[in-house]
Amino acid sequence: MKTYLEFENQIADLEGKIAELKALAKDDDSMSIDEEVEQLERKADKSLADIYGKLDAWQKTQVARHPERPHCVDYINALITEFTPMAGDRKFAEDHAIIGGMGRFQGDPVMVIGQEKGADTESRLRRNFGMARPEGYRKAVRLMELAECFGLPVLTFVDTAGAYPGVGAEERGQAEAIARSTDCCLGLGVPLIATIIGEGGSGGAVAIATANSVLMLEHSIYSVISPEGAASILWRDPSKARDAATAMKITAQDLNSLGIIDRIIEEPVGGAHRAAEQVFEATGSAIAEALLPLKHQTAEELQRQRREKFLKIGHNL
Amino acid sequence: MNWIKNFVRPKIRNILGTKKDVPDNMWVKCPETGQMVFYRDVEANHFVIPDSGCHLRMPPDARLKHMFDNKDYTLIEFPNVIDDPLKFRDQRRYSDRLKDARLKNEQDDAIRAAVGIMGGTEVVIAVQDFAFMGGSLGMAAGDAIITSMREAAKRKCPYILLVASGGARMQEGILSLMQLPRTTVAVQELRAAGAPYIVVLTNPTTGGVTASYAMLGDIHIAEPGALIGFAGQRVIEQTIGEKLPVGFQRAEYLQDHGMVDMVVQRRDMPMMVSRLIRFITGAPALAEPPQEDTPETAEVPSDPETPANADAGEPAQG
Repeated sequence: MKTYLEFENQIADLEGKIAELKALAKDDDSMSIDEEVEQLERKADKSLADIYGKLDAWQKTQVARHPERPHCVDYINALITEFTPMAGDRKFAEDHAIIGGMGRFQGDPVMVIGQEKGADTESRLRRNFGMARPEGYRKAVRLMELAECFGLPVLTFVDTAGAYPGVGAEERGQAEAIARSTDCCLGLGVPLIATIIGEGGSGGAVAIATANSVLMLEHSIYSVISPEGAASILWRDPSKARDAATAMKITAQDLNSLGIIDRIIEEPVGGAHRAAEQVFEATGSAIAEALLPLKHQTAEELQRQRREKFLKIGHNL
Repeated sequence: MNWIKNFVRPKIRNILGTKKDVPDNMWVKCPETGQMVFYRDVEANHFVIPDSGCHLRMPPDARLKHMFDNKDYTLIEFPNVIDDPLKFRDQRRYSDRLKDARLKNEQDDAIRAAVGIMGGTEVVIAVQDFAFMGGSLGMAAGDAIITSMREAAKRKCPYILLVASGGARMQEGILSLMQLPRTTVAVQELRAAGAPYIVVLTNPTTGGVTASYAMLGDIHIAEPGALIGFAGQRVIEQTIGEKLPVGFQRAEYLQDHGMVDMVVQRRDMPMMVSRLIRFITGAPALAEPPQEDTPETAEVPSDPETPANADAGEPAQG
């Protein structure tokens, strides 16, 4: 079953009709539906292109959270060979919300770290819907330090609504864990490339997104607070999420013009979930291009570039 | 009426250059016991309710005077940043909110920082003022923290930050979030310069601020009862669907969970911070506590386990 978003009704109708026709034709060989199907498909494609050509910030938020949108594991499967997951923060526990491990990107060894939301009920629960606890961030620090120790570039995939708000998480120092992870990102002597593939939710995202190069998928979002959260705090009305999404400037396009991210990775018409392979390929080449100029820089140059990049933010508006 | 009260009156007051000497409220209600206390008594007791020991919000100037020797310091100037980068509007325009906050607080943004002497040592002290839009962290506050940290790094002197903040300034969107990595860069510069960094967490310190500079100190001190946490209590309650434990996210709770080194009464703060600084910088012990203006109303510490009181008042050695 395909999931359609509320603004995709027209596409759902058309695709429904196409499926119906195809089902009818299957039972009845004498029926010739090719022409009609082709017409409907053309119509559906056009409507999809129209809708996705002018998504607003709130619609993009929904695309970014689409349950069928490729997640961290999908990118790892597509882009990393010999991926070898590594577990635990060596302090308290393993956090399944953050995947980490070594593997090969285009043949070269790398460290991969990313938030994983899960794809079905079971995996979503196991992954805690991609909301990491302090252990997750401490694992990220451990793996980044390991990567630095052996000169491996670090690739991160950012996709989280935010760090997990729970009693245990607070008791074990959620804030400190995030702060240390950002601290670690900034001090890293190896290249660090972050790709925001879905939701970049506040500090929980910054913790692994403070990179030499920050790439962002066309329909992803990156924000200080969720549109719903901002609506209920600033507008005192959760139904104002659309206004909040627009006002906060959370889309890849907005962030690119504000100088927060370095590059937008284009998505196929209809979003990443409609042609995942295409997205993986585009992401792979964007990462490779971002990595290339960093490969021969010294640790000091990489640190300086990263720190200056962030210090500059807001000063060239 | 609001417009006159909030906008015209402060403007007139600004033009005339008169400052109100008498607070609007002569009486202060203790948030814990409900007791009514004379404002001047609270002020004289460093904004701590004498009977209940409840630590109230302390205005930044009073805070700086309280910390520096002889109440003497030089304010650090901050660079200008652009206001309202996103042209943000919720129920009101952010630019209007900002204007109001500046008039009300008579300062540009939520951070005030100064250089001076504390316990005989040169230090930079920065105060985050909760009264200014909830002490929220936006571009101006971020740059103020970076500038003051760099001042300490340049002087290779201790940096003390008294934090109070509701978190990121949402009206600046992603640019407020970017203050997390930006201020973290400045903490790294302090570290590289060998300048000690002491964080004093005051009520309340929550949200994004805790996920950056507020949790990256060499030493973490908290004021009694201060609310300190990353996620909001309501959000946590809604997420887990349970009542929160007693004292959750309070200073003492954080100490129990290993997140702060000590909980220190406000009146002992200058003594404790100077002592720590003198440990770190290798300076000899002070014969006398650096501040002698402790009000008479201050009680004798009763809890011997509180580190702040462990040997307060004892003559130091050396």
